[in-house]
Amino acid sequence: MARKLLIEHAEVPGIAAYDVYRKHGGYASVEKALKTMSPDEIVEEVKKSGLRGRGGAGFPTGMKWSFLAKPEGIERHLVCNADESEPGTFKDRYLMEKLPHLLIEGMITSSYALGARRSYIYIRGEFMYILRILEKAIAEAYANGMLGKNILGSGYDLDLVVTPGGGAYICGEETALLESLEGKRGNPRMKPPFPAVKGLWGNPTVVNNVESIAAVVPIVNEGGEAYAAIGIERSTGTKLISASGNLVRPGVYEIDLGLSVEEFIYGDDYCRGIPNGKKLKACVPGGSSVPILPHYLVTKTAAGTDRLMTYESLADGGFATGSMLGSGGFIVFDEDQCIVRNTWNFARFYAHESCGQCSPCREGTGWMEKVLYRLEHGQGTLEDISLLEEINKKIEGNTICPLGDAAAWPVAAAIRHFRDEFEWHVKAPQEAQTRNYGLIQAPLEA
Amino acid sequence: MIKVTIDDVEIEVAPGTTILNAARQAGGDLVPPAMCYYSKLPGTGGKCRTCLVEVAAGSTADPRPMPKLVASCSTAVMEGMIVKNKTSERVQNNRGGVVEFLLVNHPLDCPICDQAGECHLQDLGYEHGSAKTRYREERRTFNPIDIGNKIKLHMNRCILCYRCVAVANQLTDKRVHGVLNRGEHAEISTYIENAIENDFSGNMIDVCPVGALTDKTFRFKSRVWFLKPYEAECACDKCSGKAVVWMFGNEIFRVTARKDKYGEVETIEDKTAWICNNCRFDKKDPSKWNLIGPRKIDRHSVISQGKYATKNDNNPKLLG
Repeated sequence: MARKLLIEHAEVPGIAAYDVYRKHGGYASVEKALKTMSPDEIVEEVKKSGLRGRGGAGFPTGMKWSFLAKPEGIERHLVCNADESEPGTFKDRYLMEKLPHLLIEGMITSSYALGARRSYIYIRGEFMYILRILEKAIAEAYANGMLGKNILGSGYDLDLVVTPGGGAYICGEETALLESLEGKRGNPRMKPPFPAVKGLWGNPTVVNNVESIAAVVPIVNEGGEAYAAIGIERSTGTKLISASGNLVRPGVYEIDLGLSVEEFIYGDDYCRGIPNGKKLKACVPGGSSVPILPHYLVTKTAAGTDRLMTYESLADGGFATGSMLGSGGFIVFDEDQCIVRNTWNFARFYAHESCGQCSPCREGTGWMEKVLYRLEHGQGTLEDISLLEEINKKIEGNTICPLGDAAAWPVAAAIRHFRDEFEWHVKAPQEAQTRNYGLIQAPLEA
Repeated sequence: MIKVTIDDVEIEVAPGTTILNAARQAGGDLVPPAMCYYSKLPGTGGKCRTCLVEVAAGSTADPRPMPKLVASCSTAVMEGMIVKNKTSERVQNNRGGVVEFLLVNHPLDCPICDQAGECHLQDLGYEHGSAKTRYREERRTFNPIDIGNKIKLHMNRCILCYRCVAVANQLTDKRVHGVLNRGEHAEISTYIENAIENDFSGNMIDVCPVGALTDKTFRFKSRVWFLKPYEAECACDKCSGKAVVWMFGNEIFRVTARKDKYGEVETIEDKTAWICNNCRFDKKDPSKWNLIGPRKIDRHSVISQGKYATKNDNNPKLLG
């Protein structure tokens, strides 16, 4: 099993306390950064590491940092996006719950690199108990001189604030998050201007995922090149994967990017396969927003090569036969699961979480949910399937923020790969209410 | 000045101008429709997505096309940008989709709606909508709330353009209404039922593109196309006093601000000529107004059909 960079000490008793964390090598990156490195050197290390945003989009973190506008006399901010609400994703929760000081350490080092003097952790409202854990950890960091004025005698001042949101999925979108942080309704902003130019309170702001910020700690400790040595090509380092669904051993795993999907699902070190001797039917590899993959495309790509846990390999074949690594919410379905019901469930989530600001998403997500409800409950028609495809096309790309795309992709992919199951729901509505369709039979057309 | 091409027409505009405003400077039918953008209210726009256009070339420096359609109301032009609106099938197709979305939950109660005849959604529906709906579900309804004795809020018709929220933010000191809830259930409301009372609240009616906010003093009195609009002015210490009075015979049925062809309140003497509630709701006596003359209106508008057009024979919309 690969070495863990982030959650190695997660199960050490009392690791949430400052002293225990410090004993296990904690805050070494802060000392190294503040005492021996300039902010630009840290940005350079992060660039070298090839770290890509762990929130879902996979945008290179170092590049994002270098886009930050640095006008004289204007404050800059680092905001940590801890509004983890993608269905199937629970890695940040685990990380913050077990290792609150790792996030704080990453926040200090990253804030120093960006020249931020006031940084924020925006945490979703449902994580109230983690808010308490973080508040306690921040107080400990202040008491030990890791936060506040003149940290470690370096002359660098930093205040760190943790703020809960109200529990809206949309506030995980960075501009909606900033609106919410400013105390307004969490509606995404129009871009441009991007947060790197005009973000929180109109100041240049970087918004990073919890895992991205935590990954800065090993990058600073061991150097960007050592981090980049792990993984394959442009997918470097380790990634936390939240595995759920029909697995013998679901949970949060830290993997080296480049691990094969087959090894991850069936390997003894990882999920150990599907329980009760069932067969794999489908897999959503990156959280509910990414396209679903049918069983014949999970472990192999359409080209016949092994599918790996990397940004590139999972996206191999585009949306026709591929998917995305996304936020690493790995959901596995066995042969007893109904794809129509699952698609309806996802659509219901997006209809519920749409902010209602722009019309395609507000009306389209609700419409899709209602049509899918009909299909699942035996009242659908064949036209409904093509209607869904059309609604999809009209939402995708026409909305202010990516929520519209996130709502459209899973439905489009489910119809693309499991059309016969949808049609079966229309043609045999009575039967569809009493049993499941089982495995998709159609082989992949080359 | 920046040169930009919209639908094969070359336009020169000041830097920082949005595509929509550049198109409006050129005028004609290359102007994208806008349901939520309101040039007199900074910060509006981007929400309804009816003004989506295709950018075939980003700029002279970077001539790559933009992958997604962009909201023309909130995208600034660049030197050498090539924009396609009417000439792009993709734009027309997607705009049709947006109009369909706006209509799926709209009650389509035009026959009893006071806005009919001057409704932007109606115009948009004629231009881009289809004759049949594909929406089989029950349309969304909201519980009615009372927002005072002058303004009627009909939330079922609302398209959530946020313009009335911007009016309250920018014209008055205290906003008491806003958008509650989210997604399909988002609604304009005052949270705890509360009257929206301030001297300029009536302007919410003028900026509303649909019949969600209507004038209670004019409610069900007449169809707008039976009335004759006159430019009028009065001495008012609160507002410009420059308005349009809508008359039937010698009676004033309603008073509105002067609106241009995009449905926006006109700028008169460098100021947006908003009118106060006193002028709008309480001055229905013709002797209080100085009538300047008949208001010029677009001959093809529904309103012109009643009084000004000779016959409808030449109107392609009615023939088609």
